[in-house]
Amino acid sequence: MTNAERPHRSLDALGVVALVARRELLTRLRSKVFLITTGIAALLVVAASLLATLISTDEGTDATIGVPAGAPTLPDQIAAVGASLGLNLDTEEVAGIEDGRAGVRDGDLDAFVMPDGERLSVIVESDLDPELESAFNVLAASTVLDREITDLGGDPAAVNRAISQAAVNLETLEDPRFDVERLILGMIAGILIYGSLLMHGQALAQGVVEEKSSRVIELLLSTIRPWQLMAGKVLGIGTLGLIQIAVIAGAGVISAVATDALTISFGSIAGTAAWLIVWYIVGFFGYALVLAAVSALVSRQEDINAVLTPVLMLIISGFVIGISVLPSDPDSAVIRVMSLIPTFAPMLMPMRLAIGGVPAWEALLALGLALAMIPLLIWVSGRVYRNAIMRTGSRMKLRDAFRAAS
Amino acid sequence: MRAWAIVPSPRLELDSLSKRYGDVVALDECSFDVGAGELFGFVGSNGAGKTTAMRIVLGVLEADAGHVRWDGAAITESTRRRIGYMPEERGLYPRMKVGEQLVYLARLHGLSPAAAAKSVDAWTERLGVAARRDDDVQKLSLGNQQRVQLAAALIHDPEILVLDEPFSGLDPVAVDVMSEVLRERCDAGAPVVFSSHQLDLVERLCDRVGIVRDGAMVAVGAVDELRTGKTERLIIDAPQAPDGWADGLHGIVNSARRNGATMLEIDSTADDQQVLQAALSTGPVHRFARERPSLTELFRHAVSAEQPS
Repeated sequence: MTNAERPHRSLDALGVVALVARRELLTRLRSKVFLITTGIAALLVVAASLLATLISTDEGTDATIGVPAGAPTLPDQIAAVGASLGLNLDTEEVAGIEDGRAGVRDGDLDAFVMPDGERLSVIVESDLDPELESAFNVLAASTVLDREITDLGGDPAAVNRAISQAAVNLETLEDPRFDVERLILGMIAGILIYGSLLMHGQALAQGVVEEKSSRVIELLLSTIRPWQLMAGKVLGIGTLGLIQIAVIAGAGVISAVATDALTISFGSIAGTAAWLIVWYIVGFFGYALVLAAVSALVSRQEDINAVLTPVLMLIISGFVIGISVLPSDPDSAVIRVMSLIPTFAPMLMPMRLAIGGVPAWEALLALGLALAMIPLLIWVSGRVYRNAIMRTGSRMKLRDAFRAAS
Repeated sequence: MRAWAIVPSPRLELDSLSKRYGDVVALDECSFDVGAGELFGFVGSNGAGKTTAMRIVLGVLEADAGHVRWDGAAITESTRRRIGYMPEERGLYPRMKVGEQLVYLARLHGLSPAAAAKSVDAWTERLGVAARRDDDVQKLSLGNQQRVQLAAALIHDPEILVLDEPFSGLDPVAVDVMSEVLRERCDAGAPVVFSSHQLDLVERLCDRVGIVRDGAMVAVGAVDELRTGKTERLIIDAPQAPDGWADGLHGIVNSARRNGATMLEIDSTADDQQVLQAALSTGPVHRFARERPSLTELFRHAVSAEQPS
């Protein structure tokens, strides 16, 4: 009885779960693979928003055109023609044709343009960019037109002004529902949640099998209950994935806002990130329970693929269908239905929500259905895990593990 | 029956444990108990049920019938947390550092972080693996992994020790350390149960032994008690004695000649002094020794006798 008053024996069931979760989290948080994949993914998201800045910016120059001195109206004409074609054309005055040639050869100029009587002479290095070619054709035509207007006693500047003001009156009956930026946002959301579920789901499964194959499981279960171990592992790895996805999504939101890359509002970016995290939690929890149970059926890492594949196929097929259908048909009826089904919702719903146009009832129904599955999964998976985790040797059948008396 | 139970000290009791796997009977009403401060050796052939019994004590397996009690009460989870266990199938996380792993296991047993760290330092020092604390377990030699495994069983200062084959795979130095540790825990008041096939070791270390056969205890008690009523041996080296010199003496069960010496199996009615005089009467006697049956012999006898069909 000398041992009765030891100070360190208070540890409740949740304390055990927290200890297990802490170990899972800390050992993996320090792993090089985790740090590298998180870093790369965050960099990719930042790079994507920087790239979007470069593409969508209006300030860049598409081409620099050399013009000879002594053609005062030519730069304005070139800029105007470029603008009408959606090109940003810069002009640079050079002394004469020889300097123009040199400039083109050195690559300082994309082309050198010189009025040549009725025509325009263009010098390029090897071939003329089709967009520039049409710009020059329009320019040549307008040069001719201007001369004819002058000859007829008109004012070319006034005519051009009148022409540029003549535009169609556009009336839209509906707001555009899907824009490209939101589609891209949807794809990124899909890729993140898919990659995360796949990576951390497999890590969880390997962890379960590692405990069996290394036999440390018996030492653990002599102290803690199977459900505590399973819950701790799911929570620990789930938290790890949450940290990762929050870092990546956070990096994306910050860089998108900082670089002003997207024209869509901060609210919808933040909304996408928030939904992503909600669906990651729901999706990971559901899939992790199933993966922990099926991986408890095997005792060796070599056997793990056989039990994981059917489950991973659900994750993969949801993602693949989403990413191949949504870009061309964001309003696809098949996707709308699939995104309500709990097995596919974690991949498809965040993509749809990022793209936008999801009725609130659909978003809530999908979430409600997925949440309703969780208690059932806890019951079934907990039972299978408990019955299978101490069995070593050949792969156990799922049905036997479910039935086995405990 | 329980002469040793006069002092009211807590006992670990296994009461009529039964367990079957399909048609295979692993345990059949197996019962024994171990008192605080007692070293109990659990011996039996492979598959006799030792591991199953220990797993049931630790709650890793559930018994079909029977009870495990500590100090008169059914074992609870908080009691189990105070047991030090060494499973037959050794296992640690291969890719986790020795020190971190032991701290983790200590904390699962309810130690505070500070107490866990202190205990890890003390035990790795004691077991000679202190220098390996920062190495992954898989980098250690098998012998050192065994030491870490023992540390894992002791790290939380257990009140009860249950060790399945703790000596298997140990080098002689580690065997000495292990014996010393077991004795020490026992002297500190813990009941210690361990199984082993090294019967000489069990005989030397244990206060009591239990022999299990086909899931049932066939003999329990101090080795001396188990010897009661069993034949003993006299070894007499009398080179000039003729064959059959001892025939007709009282209490001789069997006699054999080996390397010039005579080996007599005697029962309790034999008078060894009478035998010695008979030997001396044949000429010089270089050696005269009384040998008691070893645990190995008792074990062989127990597991082979009256085999039920």
